[in-house]
Amino acid sequence: MSSLQTFLAMGGYAAYVWPAYAVFFAVLIADSVAPRLRRRRVLRELRARLVRQSTRQNQARQSREPAHPTSSPP
Amino acid sequence: MASWIPLWLHKLGSPPTFYRFAGTLRPWMLALALLFGLIGLYGGLVLAPPDYQQGDAYRIIFIHVPSAWMSMFIYGVMGMAAFIALVWRIKLAEVVAMESAPIGAAFTFITLVTGSLWGKPMWGTWWTWDARLTSELVLLFLYLGVIGLYHAFEDRRQGARAAAFLAIIGIINVPIVHFSVNWWNTLHQGSTVNLFGPSSIVWAMLWPLLCMTLATKFYYAASLFRRVRTDLLALEGGKDWVRKIAESEA
Repeated sequence: MSSLQTFLAMGGYAAYVWPAYAVFFAVLIADSVAPRLRRRRVLRELRARLVRQSTRQNQARQSREPAHPTSSPP
Repeated sequence: MASWIPLWLHKLGSPPTFYRFAGTLRPWMLALALLFGLIGLYGGLVLAPPDYQQGDAYRIIFIHVPSAWMSMFIYGVMGMAAFIALVWRIKLAEVVAMESAPIGAAFTFITLVTGSLWGKPMWGTWWTWDARLTSELVLLFLYLGVIGLYHAFEDRRQGARAAAFLAIIGIINVPIVHFSVNWWNTLHQGSTVNLFGPSSIVWAMLWPLLCMTLATKFYYAASLFRRVRTDLLALEGGKDWVRKIAESEA
């Protein structure tokens, strides 16, 4: 048996040792991916809010200033 | 705020400062976690000799024990932050407490599953309702309760305060987990690594265990920093410093 096979066999306990390590890494990877996705979503929502705010401000400005200002008499 | 708290600590509690501080530190924490993790895994899986009683099955210790320590350590951090949040109403403390809960739950889950996978070949059973295992399961339910209570409220800060209260009450369980192997008869083995007094574990097995312990500590810091940063952005949505970040990271 090669040394790699010996290593993978874990002295007959491969069925317990490797799943344990798999769970360890799977859970920690899930723990690092979830906040990454959340951060992206939060930033997207923030930008959407900024866009809404700026269009509202523009609309407010346009309603205050008439579209065709009357020219002042000379 | 009391004058004995240094000014820099006071400043660090302000969301924009902590956001920058955590952003600078996070990559280093992650790098240290990976470095110590790789060294620890190599030492534990390759270099350390098989145990004279348990053969190679004992190698689960290198993830099981650091995760178990983290499950209690993170609960301690969460409980302290929750206390600060309730007494001084500091927003950052609330966020730290609430964002610690999912990481703590993750480590508790790992502890239970890896312990089960270790118990089957050594004890002949996946699970037994003994003191150590049951109190660790209660710890998982406490974490899940804190997460659930936090999300049950419409108002985030109100939810954080309710969940912080539960987190503080649950601290009573942490010493029970720790001392359960001494207080009750249990299948679970006693501790082999002691902070005070001699440890009954050989150096070849101890140093990879300590490396993995450091790796999980640094991982927690990295994960917490990322989560807290995102939470601060969400909580401070209307403020100028957040607007600048949202615009620059388009």
